[in-house]
Amino acid sequence: MAIEITAPMVGKVVNVMVEVGQQVSEDEPVVMLEAMKVEMPVVAVEDGKVSKIHVKEGDTVDGEAVLVELE
Amino acid sequence: MDRLIELVTKLIGQTGIAHLISSGDVNLAWQTPVMWLIGGTFIYLAIKKDMEPLLLLPIGFSVIMVNMPLGGLLAEGGHGEPPGLFAFVYRHGLETDVVPCLIFLGLGALTDFGPLIANPKVLLLGAAAQLGVFVAFFGALFFGFDINEACSIGIIGGADGPTTIYTSTKLAPHILGATAVSAYSYMALVPIIQPPIIKLFTSKEERGITMKQLRPVSKSEKIIFPVAVALIVCLLVPPATPLISMFMLGNLMVNSGVVERLTDTAQNALMNIVTILLGIGVGSTMEGKSFLQPKVIGIYALGLFAFVVATAGGLLFAKLMNLFLKEKINPLLGSAGVSAVPMAARVSHKMGFEANKKCYILMHAMGPNVAGVIGTIVAAGIFISLVD
Repeated sequence: MAIEITAPMVGKVVNVMVEVGQQVSEDEPVVMLEAMKVEMPVVAVEDGKVSKIHVKEGDTVDGEAVLVELE
Repeated sequence: MDRLIELVTKLIGQTGIAHLISSGDVNLAWQTPVMWLIGGTFIYLAIKKDMEPLLLLPIGFSVIMVNMPLGGLLAEGGHGEPPGLFAFVYRHGLETDVVPCLIFLGLGALTDFGPLIANPKVLLLGAAAQLGVFVAFFGALFFGFDINEACSIGIIGGADGPTTIYTSTKLAPHILGATAVSAYSYMALVPIIQPPIIKLFTSKEERGITMKQLRPVSKSEKIIFPVAVALIVCLLVPPATPLISMFMLGNLMVNSGVVERLTDTAQNALMNIVTILLGIGVGSTMEGKSFLQPKVIGIYALGLFAFVVATAGGLLFAKLMNLFLKEKINPLLGSAGVSAVPMAARVSHKMGFEANKKCYILMHAMGPNVAGVIGTIVAAGIFISLVD
């Protein structure tokens, strides 16, 4: 089952730190968001392999938007 | 030849250096270089430490320039003579409240009340952080400041520059330089002052409390909010009317979505112009003879104290609220109640994230943060009505 990593809040994607197929562990940052000049790493909710990336650098995302899917 | 020597001697006699030496004024002789040093320190902090550069840079330079003997920037004027340039800016910009109020117009246009509207109970946290204002007020009275000075010093605890300037100009213009600089320097130091206090009053578990995402706020809510708050504040504390009117007008402009040109000017061009005038105006109050008094140290110390109590007040009140709330709030929202926007909210967010990698409270913390601005305006209004 796919695990979705969602944006914790509205923000701009400044860096996508993973690639499809990459293995990530819990609490490892996957995407760097920025809002009000604060950079916020969004971390993996659990261990898994990146299956899909929904955003790219420069995108503005809404809260709860899916950023990355893990399997 | 004699004529030439006479001319040169006259020229030398009219230099500022000659005035410093020959005036025989001991105070002027030591105060002038000390003020240059203070001005230079501000410029250094602005450039090297990136400490509120938009204000400290013009303030620092103005401090040096108004302490130039015979420079005349602060000349009183009258009898057909116009006032000195900086005296003019102070008299017509600050004394009339025009500059701080125009700053508030821009701030209003840059403020998003969404997080506050979505979670209105954090308004209480913005109010709780004003505890620092009132504690510092009584502290200042205790240490022998008169009531007008105590009000101006207390407001520093609200961590709001323009409101501090507004209050000081109205109540105690002779300490404006000290209160304004202390407010702006502590605001710049929020990321250093707040964390130890936060750690003292909260546990790691409390700081890591996660919160549900805020509900989206509709456009009508965002339009009604500034109008409603302006009405309520004006009716309750009339002396706060100029500040709150401009603040909410700026906010209404941006949320109406129909006056983009005006919003853009308020946020950028106008804001920049009045920021320059504010820097000059504040700097021009810092003449050696009025600034270098033992009082100033007391103002700085009490300002810091006010800041610390405000942070603690917000944190403790958030914990108190948690005793009654089913859905716990992160106590870090409380320390964001001091109105240094958005620094205090950023500090809260960073500390929450440090405690728990799944804790994102930046937006939640903006709620009490902007509520704190309203709270400080109200506190200023209360002080002004108390004294007048």
